[in-house]
Amino acid sequence: MSAQAAALDPGAQAAVHVHSGPAPVRIVVAYGFWIFLLSDIILFSALFASYAVLHGHTAGGPSGRELFELRHVGVETLSLLFSSYTCGLALYAAERRQLRAFYVCAALTFALGATFLALELQEFAGLIARGAGPSRSAFLSAFFSLVGLHGAHVTTGLLWLTFLVAQIAHRGPRDFVLRRLLCFSLFWHALDIIWVALLSLVYLMGAR
Amino acid sequence: MLVVVVPVILLTLGFAWWYRASNSRAAYEPGWVYSGQIEMVIWAIPAMVVILLAGVGWTGSHQLDPAQKLASEAKPLRIQGVSLDWKWLFIYPDQGIATVNQLVIPAGTPIEFLLSSGSVMDAFFVPQLGSQIYTMPGMSVRLNLMAQSAGEYPGFSSQFSGDGFSDMRFMVHALSAAQFSGWLERSRGSGAALDTGSFAGLAAPGTAPAGVYGSVAPHLYEWIVDTTAGLPAQREAP
Amino acid sequence: MFGKLTWQAIPFDQPIPMAASLFVTVGIFSVLGLVTWKGWWPYLWREWLTSVDHKRIGVMYVVLALVLLLRGFIDAIMMRSQQAVAAGGAQGYLPPEHYDQIFSAHGTIMIFFMAMPLMIGLMNFVVPLQIGARDVAFPVLNAISLWLTATGALLVNVSLVVGNFARTGWLAYPPLSELRFSPDVGVDYYLWALQISGVGTLLAGINMVTTILKLRAPGMSYMRMPVFCWTALCSNMLIIAAFPILTATFGMLLLDRYAGMHFFTNGGGGNMMLYINLIWAWGHPEVYILILPAFGVFSEVIATFSGKPLFGYRSMVGATLAICVLSFTVWLHHFFTMGAGADVNAFFGIMSMIIAVPTGVKVFNWLFTLYRGRIRYEPPVLWAIGFMVTFVIGGLTGVLLAVPPADFVLHNSVFLVAHFHNVIIGGVVFGGLAGVNYWFPKAFGFTLDRRLGALSFWCWLVGFYVAFMPLYALGLLGMTRRLQHYAVRAWQPYLIVAEVGALIILCGILAIIAQLVVSIRTREQRRDLSGDPWNGRTLEWSTASPPPAYNFAVLPTVTSLDAFWTMKESGVRAPAEHYEPIEVPANSANGFITAFFAVITGFSLIWHIWWLAILGLVCAALTLMAFGWIERHEIEVSAEELAAAERAHLRPEVS
Repeated sequence: MSAQAAALDPGAQAAVHVHSGPAPVRIVVAYGFWIFLLSDIILFSALFASYAVLHGHTAGGPSGRELFELRHVGVETLSLLFSSYTCGLALYAAERRQLRAFYVCAALTFALGATFLALELQEFAGLIARGAGPSRSAFLSAFFSLVGLHGAHVTTGLLWLTFLVAQIAHRGPRDFVLRRLLCFSLFWHALDIIWVALLSLVYLMGAR
Repeated sequence: MLVVVVPVILLTLGFAWWYRASNSRAAYEPGWVYSGQIEMVIWAIPAMVVILLAGVGWTGSHQLDPAQKLASEAKPLRIQGVSLDWKWLFIYPDQGIATVNQLVIPAGTPIEFLLSSGSVMDAFFVPQLGSQIYTMPGMSVRLNLMAQSAGEYPGFSSQFSGDGFSDMRFMVHALSAAQFSGWLERSRGSGAALDTGSFAGLAAPGTAPAGVYGSVAPHLYEWIVDTTAGLPAQREAP
Repeated sequence: MFGKLTWQAIPFDQPIPMAASLFVTVGIFSVLGLVTWKGWWPYLWREWLTSVDHKRIGVMYVVLALVLLLRGFIDAIMMRSQQAVAAGGAQGYLPPEHYDQIFSAHGTIMIFFMAMPLMIGLMNFVVPLQIGARDVAFPVLNAISLWLTATGALLVNVSLVVGNFARTGWLAYPPLSELRFSPDVGVDYYLWALQISGVGTLLAGINMVTTILKLRAPGMSYMRMPVFCWTALCSNMLIIAAFPILTATFGMLLLDRYAGMHFFTNGGGGNMMLYINLIWAWGHPEVYILILPAFGVFSEVIATFSGKPLFGYRSMVGATLAICVLSFTVWLHHFFTMGAGADVNAFFGIMSMIIAVPTGVKVFNWLFTLYRGRIRYEPPVLWAIGFMVTFVIGGLTGVLLAVPPADFVLHNSVFLVAHFHNVIIGGVVFGGLAGVNYWFPKAFGFTLDRRLGALSFWCWLVGFYVAFMPLYALGLLGMTRRLQHYAVRAWQPYLIVAEVGALIILCGILAIIAQLVVSIRTREQRRDLSGDPWNGRTLEWSTASPPPAYNFAVLPTVTSLDAFWTMKESGVRAPAEHYEPIEVPANSANGFITAFFAVITGFSLIWHIWWLAILGLVCAALTLMAFGWIERHEIEVSAEELAAAERAHLRPEVS
């Protein structure tokens, strides 16, 4: 296409300098996915806002100070952060066609993510058993839905990762699969960022 | 605002007519696409109108703030209003009576309303007296109104609240001071008593005729606000 | 086994809903029967239902909008008739349980399933052509968006036959919309229909923004983009920023209703004011999502039919961006009467007035585009002139309502109802109909009948004023909205006039249907052979009518604003010497099948049929995974085909 443009007059060449035309597929896909992530962050923002409004509405029930166990949350946080690191390694390996390294890092990412989820589910089950379930008060509704939405995203991410590993195992690291792996790693890192916000605003501030 | 809108409409119709393709007398300047002077004017004039209106809006919002008490020599009358499905309850805490679907007030006296809801969101509105305001369960809002002269002023709910919404009408009777005291005397001790038990009956879904309660349990309004919010009642109400 | 669903869900014992249900059911099955009998299913499946071509998808969005316009309008006529008779002690013919559903359905359908698809459909069809692209960034996602929107529309209409719709108004404020005060399935129909279609809309927003930012033709810098593309960009950026708020808010209300949570309930610490803030933080940008593309249509139409470039392009772009940003700063003006206090009310009132400034600038720019132009009176221009007069009146009343003390007495009155219909009908509907008339020849290869187009315009214009001016007066006289009956007999004459206005609009709608039928019947006399029936200025008019699947055989190189006008003036319209083969994405049933399972999931969730809901969700996920598994293949269009098509387009008399 640009060859054709170059064959035209200097005005056209100048035009191409101004804007070179449609971007390559990899950039378009990543860009679109970034925009999706921004919309997802807005989704979380609405829940963060609701949490901010409702966190004092404990309806005579327990508050964060009584409920949050920071050590437990700390282990969750480390699992998730490390899984981001292994995810980055996995993407790096796949793009360099180092498949064994890819499978190992992907498996580690999955395991660490699953650990995070298991710990979170354990926390939720414990809270519900203590009568501090989401229907106890507005504060707990906001807490469970905010943290739960993040957990649902992590779950979806793990399913997605499994799917991608299967695709690579089946057909090798084709371009369209690598694009999806790139999107997955953006997703996974974004979940990390949201978790850091969650950790700070909900757990650390709530446990004071 | 009309000083902008009317010329725009006239010019639109005027240009649309004059510059029609069949009009050979009209000038045609296809290259005329920008004019700095026009740009300045079309940004500036609406901006100035907005600045003027902003001033009106700012001062008006403060002067007419529902929560602001009205300046008057007369001693204000306190009324606590509760919107229910689908009727209005008005408690006169200092007089110990209550009314349903009617509001009797002395003219020329500021009324300090505390308003809440016993069920869903409604809005208390007597257009001829002033602003409306939302009534919300578990919360209390303040409104200050005054009837300058005696008369009958219709009131209603302006926030849709369900099947009986169209019937949530009440009449405000603004009486002279003497007539108002007379009405108070006649109402006290007559008719039914309003307490938590009879309130439960009143709050059941349905409409109600206009009526009077000759006595009201103390702190009943606060009890209504607290229990609607699902909170334990802060103060006892027999 | 079937959750809450029983035979009693069908309104056998209520004549009016039963008649409506029969009408809709018979109508739908007749259409399906006709298609089957004529053997059109293979054609429909191949060319439309599985198409990922933005032009086909755009047309389907507009078709959905026009069909739902009929449904929403029937609701409107019923409401007007009820209010025209229910004066004094009269109860009218619609009991409150029905009337409340009708006004709730009217608002929901008109905003979400008429206005949104109409605008999104036009943007889908036009934007890739105007920016010199072959399709949107993510064609399969585009199809998924369309079919999820259709899912929502279907669910709302199913509520007519099975169960009932919400009785809460189109925004379903709690606590009325909570389980305690709305225990039946109505609010659930509302919530699930909008959640599902909301996902579709959000994906469409992401698609369109990526397309405009990343797929423009060589040389098309931002300041050489048509204004319609700028308004589309801003509208879709608003979609991306606002729709997640709607999803979150409805999600919370669903959690209250299904899981006993306490976000907005009366007890447990819930706070309904949170809902109102969140829903309007979405709701105000939503109306700008609707109006910005309409503004874009008018910019294109006025420039084209005046034979002049748009006046003040830069300030149009600046005004559009300003509106986009400011639309997030005004939401509280929808609830000045909730008691936020004078400072807060005044702030939001002032911000709401400020947003009138860039809007006014746009009106002036259109006015000066007409000035010293040579205006050709085709139907699109009629809609544009009608819009300019009508919309400024609506804007005027809007600025009035933005003054908090004025709003204190006008809020929730029929003055408010008249205001928002003024701007939505005068702006969005007029813009949509102008756009349909303008781009119809490009989409289908023949123009629409002019006289019926003009007739529909005049009926809509006159009908609008007759229907809504009385409501302005009534609002000032103290009539509040959503009344099923009223005591003040003096209001009745106004409401009868309003009913007459609605009937005049009905004539306008019938004229649109007649216009379509007649135009299709006489299409051979109205063929557009050149691809440029209006002497247009922008790139979509450089293609054939209808354009080939790939839009452009060679991506155009853009050297100026109004790229096609420049091409015509400099005479560059010969076929290229050399063509490269192009790949066009193949069809995909992904969207249609995913939406099918979405309907099942939504319906089951509404009726608490948990096993079926899980099954539907799993199948929808499996569908996405299955289509994700297979590598998408593309269809190659050879260089020879391209050359032949180009020759036919550019020299029709030769080939």
